[in-house]
Amino acid sequence: MPVHDLTAMELRDRIAAGQVSSVEATRAVLDRIDRLDPVVGAYLSILPERALETAKEVDRKIAAGEPVGTLAGVPIAIKDVLCTSFGTTTCGSRILQNFHSPYDATVVRKLLDADAIIVGKTNMDEFAMGSSTENSGLRKTVNPWDTSRVPGGSSGGSTAAMAARMCFAALGSDTGGSIRQPASFCGVVGLKPTYGRVSRYGLVAYGSSLDQIGPIAGTVADAALLLSVIAGHDPADSTSVDEKAAPAGDYLAGLNEPVEGLKIGIASAFNAGAEPAIQKAIGEAVDDYREAGAEIVEVDMPHLDYAIAAYYVIATAEASSNLARYDGVHYGYRSENANDYIEVYTKSREEAFGKEVKRRIMLGTYALSSGYYDAYYLKALKVRNLIRGDFVRAFERCDCLMMPAAPTTAFQIGEKVDDPLKMYLADIYTVAVNLAGIPGISIPCGFDAAGLPIGLQILTPAFSEAKLLRIARMYEARTNWHTRKPVGLE
Amino acid sequence: MQQKIDAQQVRKVAKLARLDLTEAEIEEFTGQLGAILQYVEKMNELETAEVEPLAHCLPIHNVFRADQVRESLGTEKTLANAPERDGAFFKVPKILEDSSS
Repeated sequence: MPVHDLTAMELRDRIAAGQVSSVEATRAVLDRIDRLDPVVGAYLSILPERALETAKEVDRKIAAGEPVGTLAGVPIAIKDVLCTSFGTTTCGSRILQNFHSPYDATVVRKLLDADAIIVGKTNMDEFAMGSSTENSGLRKTVNPWDTSRVPGGSSGGSTAAMAARMCFAALGSDTGGSIRQPASFCGVVGLKPTYGRVSRYGLVAYGSSLDQIGPIAGTVADAALLLSVIAGHDPADSTSVDEKAAPAGDYLAGLNEPVEGLKIGIASAFNAGAEPAIQKAIGEAVDDYREAGAEIVEVDMPHLDYAIAAYYVIATAEASSNLARYDGVHYGYRSENANDYIEVYTKSREEAFGKEVKRRIMLGTYALSSGYYDAYYLKALKVRNLIRGDFVRAFERCDCLMMPAAPTTAFQIGEKVDDPLKMYLADIYTVAVNLAGIPGISIPCGFDAAGLPIGLQILTPAFSEAKLLRIARMYEARTNWHTRKPVGLE
Repeated sequence: MQQKIDAQQVRKVAKLARLDLTEAEIEEFTGQLGAILQYVEKMNELETAEVEPLAHCLPIHNVFRADQVRESLGTEKTLANAPERDGAFFKVPKILEDSSS
């Protein structure tokens, strides 16, 4: 088996055993990026020298018998929304095109402390606003399964890099589905942890009450491995949960133990909104769990139909505030056409933000403005509470919910760019999860007639990632969807 | 169908958001924001008079720490990304009118 086809766990174990060197694995990844990324467009920047240097150091430590971290020598890709004190941190935006962060995000620091090799930073919708990665101001990314289609978004660079095996695992961020939806489009595993599980320090903010960083991987075990490294309280993020309230753990421990007496909740009416091929694949996956001993219960979630409306008010309101910091004064792009200080703001922002970012800033500013606050923002916060209530009630009757990660498989590039509302409506299966703050995972569960991957989304109550991963692993252990690879790319 | 938002309002919001939108963008956004707001009003189907607003999905509380001097980034790192600087300062166009003119 070629090195790049190993899972992150397998690679880590072989590097530790001296069977493969980290330099060899890193070279393999860099070679693939050289060869495939001109077509896929997953990376915004690659860090070959730094990666090889770090890999060499890991190899030296292992040869010398020195202790190494849990990801020692494994090449990993980072969504470019995460600050790194090396290279650039662009957020896929022209306004940050030349931005050099003075510090590392906590998750980046944790990866480096675990001796991971950061090979590069991946493309994304500008400021993580989008569902197709087409809103990147810097590069186009295509789906490795069909290069005429989008990889999903906003973490489309990370999921495309994973699908094309141009990394062994990756990090993404998920504000309204930005890990789970592209993971389903690209046929990989994507986990959004509970809000507060992972520190957001150094994650460029979009919707601060919704944003969460999570792993993108080839297998459930690799996602568990990454989560074990990045989870936990961080004094630098006051919304990261403290260890007494909800301790982070080793998510690999007990991963292969099936959940006894598993009860799966299904909201049939809600799931019926997906394409027939997706409904069929989800139905078959649920049948598979039933064969494994699970019980299926029907749950009523009457408020999920309002999730997109509430989400696009809350997320854009938070974004309009968060993105006020891009003013052309302290860092980032400054217009050369500004005649006074107000024009430094208005022209810098006008010239360097892309259309979708401007649209969301406008929508959020409107929703928060005098006279409209109650009708839009306050109303959305109330609907958010109703949506959370749906999940609370559902989880009284079942261990987990299962639903599609997206209503369609990967769509054509350009198909939805002219109709923002149409693009928003495609987020129907993911946004409610962020509003409720609970964890969710998308795992491969089949293909449609065109050979495009389908994702099964599994949701569990807050801070139950260990159980969520075990449930996902039960299915993965019985199927081989996750071992399929895009053809025709090589 | 009544328009949810007109070009005049879009201009006002753009000013609040410090965006120097082009006329073409104002026209485009007027239509698109109108359609999005129309959709969002779907929320009005729900009776929420008795529902508490939920700004944050977890119970959050104030976090305190000891008021101790700690290392910070320092002037050079802080100014390293400045579009324009003057010594230890960020430089911007003049904000106050010249009183002698």
